[in-house]
Amino acid sequence: MNHLSEEQLILHYYGEEGDSATRSDSLSAEAHLEECEECRSLYGSLQRVLNVVDSLPVPLRGAEYGGQVWKRIEDRLPRRRRIFGISGPLPAPWRWAAASAAFAMLLVGAFLAGRFYPPARKPVELAIAGSGSDSQTGERILLVAVGDYLERSQMVLIELANANPKASLDISSEQERAADLVSESRLYRQTAAHTGNTEVASVLDDLDRVLMEISHAPSRLSPEELEKMRQRLEAEGILFKIRVLGSNVRNQEEPASGNAPATARQKL
Amino acid sequence: MTGNEQDAEDVVQESFLRAYRQLGKFDERASFGTWLYRIATNCSLDLVRSRKRRSENLAPADPEMEDPIVSLPSGDPTPERHAMSGEIRERVAEAMNELSATERTAFVLRHFEGMCIEDVSRVLECHPGAAKHSVFRAVQKLRRALEPLVSSAK
Repeated sequence: MNHLSEEQLILHYYGEEGDSATRSDSLSAEAHLEECEECRSLYGSLQRVLNVVDSLPVPLRGAEYGGQVWKRIEDRLPRRRRIFGISGPLPAPWRWAAASAAFAMLLVGAFLAGRFYPPARKPVELAIAGSGSDSQTGERILLVAVGDYLERSQMVLIELANANPKASLDISSEQERAADLVSESRLYRQTAAHTGNTEVASVLDDLDRVLMEISHAPSRLSPEELEKMRQRLEAEGILFKIRVLGSNVRNQEEPASGNAPATARQKL
Repeated sequence: MTGNEQDAEDVVQESFLRAYRQLGKFDERASFGTWLYRIATNCSLDLVRSRKRRSENLAPADPEMEDPIVSLPSGDPTPERHAMSGEIRERVAEAMNELSATERTAFVLRHFEGMCIEDVSRVLECHPGAAKHSVFRAVQKLRRALEPLVSSAK
């Protein structure tokens, strides 16, 4: 009788059944262990050793740990280059692109002013957006809007990530907000694409996919379904990406807010 | 991987800082989790190497620190159990310390994090066969080191 090697026993312990060959190996390992006292004893010893290793406690962290780490590192994060602005001398081929982007941004800024500002103030805001410092005003409005958008998206995701239901969970409220956010995001993604900011566009694309998935999920999720959704959120790293982008946007907002129109801040 | 909680905290912070700085380099086709694990693994390995250079001990040497195994809830908190769990903890930490940095990382990812060999190899940026052998070597070493303890405790 051919005994199982230590390596085969280790693979069997971890259930490494990547392909059909390994699966049949695993079945035959199982059958062999049934029959062979010697291998069973070796396997038992391996299990006991690895169970002892398991007794080393892993420090557990609560759901708020992510936020705590973020707070600790936020001040150490480097300020990145302007996100929606293009600063410094540009290579010649980019000048036309920058000019087109600035124009597109101005249009979007004007549109946003109309969309988000209280109706009574609309003419004032549009007038500001259309004044001499057009692109700067448009940029400020856009930054405020994107920052707000990211915060609201983050709240939806955090609520789902931190939910800990014993039974099925009704996520219809989160779905409604996710659907609203999806319909809102198109404009920001277009703007980011127009300005050639692939980093922002990419995060907004990822976020859009996640929000779409949430809005199209069943309105009641079992704990298992919720866990699967959480794992997908984790695999996408979407919360981290939002925090990074949100931090960048805030960094850009702060210097801009000093001379921003008061109404732009009041909106938030 | 680092062998103590404070270092692990530092690694977590450093990993996210690095991830932030390198976010532009992230390949969208790859899994974000694996990418982040790779950064965390590199941070851990950097820390372990720098500690080795300074010839510091891997295991926490602070006698004031609470023994995590002793602090686990137990239905039988006898002095013998405390002594035994303290000894086990010490021996497991020693055995882990005897592993090479790559073996320890591969083992932690496979055993504690539950990653498949394929993902371990992605994190370690090596061939799956090499990752598998790192796990094998780690388990074999742990077994040799801990088997006498396990047998005596049976």
